[in-house]
Amino acid sequence: MKPSLFKRVQLERIIDALLPLIAVIGALLVGAVVLVLLDTDPVEAYTAMFSGAFANKNGLADTMVKAIPLLLVGLGIVIAFRASVINIGAEGQLIVGALITTYLAVALGDSWPNYLVISLCLVAGTLMGALWASIPGYLKAYLNVNEILSTIMMNQIAIQIGFFLLRGPMIDPKEVEAGTNIPHSARLPRPTDLPRFTDVAGWFGFTDSAKDLNLTGFWGELYGLLVEPTRLHTGLFIAILMAILVYVFLWRTTIGYRIRAVGLNPAAARYAGIQVRRTVILSMGLSGAFAGLAGAVEILGLHHRMFEPLSVSAGYGFSGIVVALFGKLHPIGAIPASILFGGLLVGGDKMQRAVQVPQVFVTALLGLIVLFVVSSEIWSRRRAKRRVAAPTTAEENE
Amino acid sequence: MNEGLSILAIIVGIAHSGIRLATPYLYAAIGETFAQRSGVLNLGVEGIMLMGAFGGFYVTFVTGNVILGLLAAALVGAIMGLIMAFISVTLNAEQGISGIGLYLLGLGASSLLFKTLLGTVEGVDGFSELKFCLASVGIASNFCLSDIPVFGEIFLSHSVIVYGAFALVPVAWWVLNKTTWGLSIRAVGQNPQAADSLGVSVARVRYMTVTFGGLLAGIAGASLSISLLNIFQEGMTNGQGFIAVALVYFGSWTPVGVLLGALLFSLVNALQLWVQVLGLNIPSDVAVMMPYLLTILALAFPFKRALQPAALTKPFERGEN
Repeated sequence: MKPSLFKRVQLERIIDALLPLIAVIGALLVGAVVLVLLDTDPVEAYTAMFSGAFANKNGLADTMVKAIPLLLVGLGIVIAFRASVINIGAEGQLIVGALITTYLAVALGDSWPNYLVISLCLVAGTLMGALWASIPGYLKAYLNVNEILSTIMMNQIAIQIGFFLLRGPMIDPKEVEAGTNIPHSARLPRPTDLPRFTDVAGWFGFTDSAKDLNLTGFWGELYGLLVEPTRLHTGLFIAILMAILVYVFLWRTTIGYRIRAVGLNPAAARYAGIQVRRTVILSMGLSGAFAGLAGAVEILGLHHRMFEPLSVSAGYGFSGIVVALFGKLHPIGAIPASILFGGLLVGGDKMQRAVQVPQVFVTALLGLIVLFVVSSEIWSRRRAKRRVAAPTTAEENE
Repeated sequence: MNEGLSILAIIVGIAHSGIRLATPYLYAAIGETFAQRSGVLNLGVEGIMLMGAFGGFYVTFVTGNVILGLLAAALVGAIMGLIMAFISVTLNAEQGISGIGLYLLGLGASSLLFKTLLGTVEGVDGFSELKFCLASVGIASNFCLSDIPVFGEIFLSHSVIVYGAFALVPVAWWVLNKTTWGLSIRAVGQNPQAADSLGVSVARVRYMTVTFGGLLAGIAGASLSISLLNIFQEGMTNGQGFIAVALVYFGSWTPVGVLLGALLFSLVNALQLWVQVLGLNIPSDVAVMMPYLLTILALAFPFKRALQPAALTKPFERGEN
C-alpha cells in the first residue's frame, strides 16, 4: 500500500484527538521525575493512585462523587471557552449556588414536600450561579473589563460573603448554643438529601450485598458500587443529563451556534448580525449556571450542610478547567475527563496514605496538565494552517 | 473601640503598614508591567510568588543567609518566568489559560516542597527593619532617624526590601521610557509586525520581559516570606499575585500608575487590618472583601482602555496579517 494523502490526514486527526491524553502522559512523566527526586518509586505511587481510585467499589464511588461537580463545572467552562470567554470564577459561582441551596433547604425542608424543595434548590442554585457570573460577563461586554481578573476577584468576594453568612445569619444554632461558633450551617433536613445509589437500588428491590450473592472480582465491585451503601448519589444522573443537554444546546440550537460563532471570530459574528455583547453575557451566565448547579448538587447530594466556602468549592473551579480542556471543549468529552480527574483527586489521597507523598502533588500535576494541553495546541493550529494552504484536503470539522 | 491608642498613633500605624504591604504588590506588578508592555499577559504571577516565597524562605532557613535566600527566590522566579515565556512565546499558547496552569503548578509545587522539606511552619530571621541610627555612621549619639515622630515612624523604619520595591518604580519608568530597551519593549507590545520588520526580535524581547517579570514575582514572594512575615505557609500569597496583575491594568501599564494602585490597595489592606485590631463594629469578612471589590471597580474605570498595549495576549507569528 502506498502512503496516500488521505492516510496522512487520518493519522493527523487521530493524533489530534489523542493530544490531551498525550499531554496527561507527559505530565505524569514529569511527575514521575519529581517522585524519584522525592525518593519515591513512581510505579508504586501511580499504582497506589490509580488502583485507589478505580480498582474497588469504594474508590470508584469516591471517584464518581468527585466527577459530579467536576463534570458540571467543566460543562460551564466548555460553554464559556467556546465563546472565548475565560471563566475562572466557577469557585465563587459554586459557592453562591451552595449558599442559597443551604438557605432554602434549611428554611423550607421541614415544611414543604421534599421533591419541591429539592427542585427549588437546584433551580435557585443554578440561577444564583448564573447571576453571579453575569456580573463579570456584563463588565466584559460593556466596560471591557478583563473577565479573568474580575472572576478571580468575584471568587474572593463569594468566599467572604460565605464566611459572613456562616458566622452570622446562617450559622448552625447548635454551634451558638455550644459556644464553639464554628462557621457552618445546620444540617439540612434529611428529606432534602438527594437519593443515593443504594436508595435507588432499594426501590427496585436490590437489597442483597455482593457477598450475599457470591459476586466477587469485577462484577462484585460493580454490583457493590450500584447497590451497596456508598456516598455515590443521583447527582451523577443530573450531571450526565446536563452534558447531553449542553451538547444539544451548543450544536443543535441557534443560540448555541451564536455562542460558538462569537468564540471563533467575534468580528465576523458581528458582521453576521449576532449581538456579540449579549452573547458574551449569556455564555458567562450559562457558565456560572452550571457551577451554581454543581454547588446545589454538592450540598444536597454530598455535604448536607454548608461549611468553609473553600472546602466546599474544593478547587473545582480550577480542576473543572482541566476537565474542559481535556475533553477538548466538548460536553460529551467532559464525561470521561471528569471521571479521570475525579480519580486523580481521589487517588492523590490514596497515594498519600500508601507512599507518603503529600496530596498537593495532584495540584501540581493538574497545573502541568494544563500547561501541556495548551502547549500541545500548537500542533492542531499548524495542521489547521496547512489545511487552509491546501484546500483539497479540507474537511468538515464540526 | 480601643481607647488606648491616639488618633495620631492609628494614622501612623496605618500609613506604616500601608507602605510595608505595598512591597509584594510593587515587585510583582512592576515585573508584570514589563511583560504586559511587551504583549504577554502572565497570569501565573501568583504561582511564581508562591515558589519564590518558598525558595527564599527555605534557603534562608537552611543557610541562615537572607541574601542567599533572596537570590534563590529571584532564580526560582526567573525559571518560572522562563517556562511561561517558552509556553507563550515559542509555543504560542493561550496566555490566560497557561497562566492558570502555571498558578496551579506553583501552588502545588510550593506546598509539596513545603510538606516534604519542612513539614511544619517555621520562622526565620529575615531582612531586619533599618533604623538609620546615627551611631552606625560614627556619630556618637544613640538617636535613630526612625525615632523622628510621625515622619520617621512612617517612612524610616522599613527593611531594605521595602525600599527596593519603591526604588524600582523610577528605574522601571526610566527603562521603559528613556532607553532603547524600553522602546523595543513598547514597540513589540504595540505593533510586533512593525518591530519585527525593523529588526527587533519579538521573541527575544518577550523572553526577556517575561523572565524578568518572573524574577521580580519571585522576589515579591520572598518579600513576604523573608521580610514582612518571616514565615512560610501554604498558599500564603492569598491572591496577591492576581491582584498584582490587576494593578497593571489599574495603573494603565505605567510604573507610576502601578505605584499609586499598589499604595491604594495596601492602604485599604492596612485599614482593614486596623479595623480588626481596633475591634470596630465592621464584620471582618466585609473588611477583607474590600480590596477585591475595589479591584473590580478599578478595572471598570473606562478611561484607561486606550492605553492597553495593542498586542497584549496576542501571540506573534511571522507572516500573519
